[in-house]
Formats: sequence, structure tokens, C-alpha cells
Amino acid sequence: MLPMLWLLLFFAVPFLIVLKISFAEAVFGQSPPYTPLIEHAADGATSLRLHAGSYALLLQDPLYVAAYLKSLLFAGVSTLFCLLLGYPIAYGIARARPAWRMLLLVLVILPFWTSSLLRTYAMIGMLKANGVLTGALAAIGLIEPGTAILHTDLAVYIGIVYNYLPFMILPLTATLMRLDFGLLEAAADLGAKPWQAFLRVTLPLSMPGIIAGALLVFIPAVGEFVIPDILGGPDALTIGRVLWTEFFTNRDWPLAAAVAVAMLLLLVIPTLLFEYVENRRERREAQA
Amino acid sequence: MSRRNWGLWAAMAAGYALLYVPIVSMIVYSFSASRMATVWAGFSTRWYVSLFSNEQIMQALARSLTIAAVAASCATVLGTACGLALSRFGRFPGSGLLSLMNSAPMVMPDVMLGLSSLLLFVTLQQALGWPERGMSTIMIAHITLTTCYVTVVVRSRMAALDDSLEEAAMDLGARPWRVFWLITLPLIAPALLAGWLLAFTLSLDDLVIASFTSGPGASTLPMLIYSKVKLGVTPEINALATLIVTVVAIGVVVAGVVMHRREAA
Repeated sequence: MLPMLWLLLFFAVPFLIVLKISFAEAVFGQSPPYTPLIEHAADGATSLRLHAGSYALLLQDPLYVAAYLKSLLFAGVSTLFCLLLGYPIAYGIARARPAWRMLLLVLVILPFWTSSLLRTYAMIGMLKANGVLTGALAAIGLIEPGTAILHTDLAVYIGIVYNYLPFMILPLTATLMRLDFGLLEAAADLGAKPWQAFLRVTLPLSMPGIIAGALLVFIPAVGEFVIPDILGGPDALTIGRVLWTEFFTNRDWPLAAAVAVAMLLLLVIPTLLFEYVENRRERREAQA
Repeated sequence: MSRRNWGLWAAMAAGYALLYVPIVSMIVYSFSASRMATVWAGFSTRWYVSLFSNEQIMQALARSLTIAAVAASCATVLGTACGLALSRFGRFPGSGLLSLMNSAPMVMPDVMLGLSSLLLFVTLQQALGWPERGMSTIMIAHITLTTCYVTVVVRSRMAALDDSLEEAAMDLGARPWRVFWLITLPLIAPALLAGWLLAFTLSLDDLVIASFTSGPGASTLPMLIYSKVKLGVTPEINALATLIVTVVAIGVVVAGVVMHRREAA
């Protein structure tokens, strides 16, 4: 089982190493810049030195807690807007004639295949002072001419929504396409107004797609580095940026590792557990 | 057309506009003569000329293409094996772990994958003196990242596939390897192409993991673009981005048409 070995070696083992290094102490001016956990003294005695200072710092310094909250806020609000913007598109695709459906789907997938770095870069031209979007907003009098949206939190929100919208639309479309639209007619026959039918039939039935899309947007958005770094201001400090700065600028590898472990505990493990529970539930329902 | 449909159409148009206006405006400005990246000053192809004479960019491009091709090919082999194992062998010892490890890289933030891969390479280097950080470590990290995407594509194709053909071949006395080469592989070929393309573009696009795992002097194209963007926008990047977006779009459309034809035939 070569694939199994590969994933174990290059994916599972690294996490143990990250965990290990998060307990080391940073030493500057040597390579690699941290202390060994297990020390071999001259007399042959071996001692284990666990250093929890990095974790203590995460909890004590408000900078790190603020970064986690900021990341959750960016990701949460962007996920909501992806849903609001993506739902009508997914609904339109699902209800379109099959010939149109293919074209509309391809048009959603195409940006997803092109580089996200380049698309984030393209956003600069939209959001800088007198850019395409800021210029248009100034022309209709919504903002002062010469105002830039670039390097504000709003720019980060726009950037995340723009980058992750396809991840919301695709699972939603898949769910909505399987939906039996006869149910809506039945609801209408029974006297439901369109919005009532939507709220009580379509929306609950599309919940699996909403959850899948929300996870696909929310999780990577929390750890996002490129978008807040390029589009945000210096105060758009997210976990991804903190980890990057600790690692590359401050060269504090143990602290970067501790930031990563905290992110894993808060974000990835709950997701995987959720997925595991959902899969078991589906299997049980399939058997029942 | 009812009022409700008008609302739907307006929302759809807004969404598609959000997806395409930034890319299209970037393409338009790549043909502007102005030194400012977003000021129009007449049609010109000077940025394309200066792009192709930029040694540094061309070297980074060649490096990125090499890494992406190697990583995508290895990931396709590994991902196909994973996909087959998960969809055909049912539950086997370790199948839960394999499935978990396969979905994990997809929900894992890039910074996390990059940091953990680098720390592994550093540890290995201390213990074994291998690997030297550079293109090979970026390739290894990219294979790990992209294998799971290939697995997902292969797995969904296998799920849609009728396994009676394979059973018939085995009933007729074909050995498992022959069944795989003559029956399974041709049937899942479109999925392999899709998986390879996906792995290739993911590797080509990656900035964060490459930055962590690269060694001195092994900058990939995204790393170069990132440092240029941080220093201020140069119109050359507009031209470069236009070329990449065009090539990828043509590639995806051609692959889509090929797969569509094959499935229809």
C-alpha cells in the first residue's frame, strides 16, 4: 500500500513533529532554531524537556486571541455572503434547461481552475483608488472619488467571497438538481405562497448542500493567508498571517507550531469529527 | 416572466459579474501602454514583450511547470490507487484511516500543510541528511496536497461505474492486473485526466506551501508574483496573468469537450 505509506509519512507524521516542536523552546541564530526535546547529558542520562511557553504566550498575549477571532469573523461573514450570493445562482442553474445548465456550470467552474493568487491580484485593480469598482461606485455617488477600498477589512470580505464563491455554488447546485420540484407544485396546490414553499420545502431539503458549501468556504477561509495579506490592511491580522510572520519574520518556529496546533484543535478536528458522524448516520440510514 | 424570476436573473447576473469582471478588466489593462497597471493609455503589447525577455520570470515559470507536471503525475498514480482501494475493496483494515487522511488535506489550511511539511523535511534532514530543500521538497509536499483531490475524482467516477464488466472479465479468466489494464483503466481514463489537470493547476497555483518547503534560489512563479505584488504592481504581471488564465481556460474547455465526447460515444 504505497499511497497509505506516502500519506502516513508525509501527512500524519508531520503533525506529530509539529506537536513536538510546539513544545520546544526557540533559540535564535542556529539552524534549526529550537531546542531539542530530549537531551542526552554527558553522563549518558536522558531527560525530556517540555516547554509550554509558546502555548502560554498564545493565551496571554491578546494579539493571538484577537487574530483567531478576526479570522473567524472574516470567514463567518464571508461564508454568509457566499451563501446569499451563491444560492440564487445555484437555484438558477438547477432549474435551467439542460443545455443552458452545462454552460452556466462551466462558467462557475472556470474561475475556480484559474489561479487564486492571480484572481486576488486582479482584485487590487478593482479596489484601489479610482479602480474599476471604486471608480464605478464614485461615479454613482456612493463613495467620494479617489477613495480606495483596498487595504481595508471590506476588501478582505470582497476578496474571500470572490475567491470562494464557486466552492459554495457547486455543492448547492448538486443538491438542488436532485430536488424533486414536484414537491413545490404540491406545496403550491396546497395553497403555499412561493416564499412559504421556499422556506418550508426548498430550504430544508437543500440543507446538506448548504452545510457542505459552508464548510468548504469557512474552513479554508479561516486559515487564509494570501487574501488578507494582499488585500487587507496591517490590522487585518488573521491566524494565517500570524503563523506566517512568526515563522518567516520572527523565526520563532515553536510559536508558529503552537499556533498551528491551536488552529488544528479549533478547526480541523471538529470538522473531521462532524464528517465522521455524518457518514455513520448516512450509513445507518442506508441500512435501515 | 414573473417578478420573482426577474429577481433570480438579477441575482445570477450579479454573481457572474463578480466572478468575471476582475479577470476581464485585468486582461484589458494588460494591453494598456501605461506604466500604471490600472490606467488606460492606448493599446500596446509592450508588457508581453518585456515579460518574455524577463529571465527571472521565465526561469520561475519553467520551475513551476516542472514541479506541477511531476507532482500531478505522481499524485494521479497514488490517488488512483487510493480511489480504487476505497471504492472497490469495501472495508479493510485501515480503510477508515486512509479515508480520513484523504479528506484531511482538503480541509487543512495551506499554512498548516506548509509548516508541517517543512518541519518534517528539517527533521528528516537532521536524521538522514535527506532531502535537500528545493524543487524536490516542493514536489513531495504538492504530491501530498493533490493526491486526495485525485482520489475524490477517481472515487466518484468508480461509484458511477458498473462493476459487472470487471466481474465478467474475471469470470472469463482474466487476472486482476489484466482486468485493471484492459477494463478499469480505459473506463476511468476521463477521471484520471480530470484529476491530473486538477492536481496540475493546484500545484501551479500554490504559493504558501511552496514558500515553506522551498530552499534558497528555488522560487516558483507564484512566489515571484507574490514578491512583485508586495513591492507594488507591475504591468508585466497583468500580461503574465492574462496568459496563464487564457491557457488554463483553453485547457479546461478542451478537456471538457474531449471528456463529453468520450462519454457520449
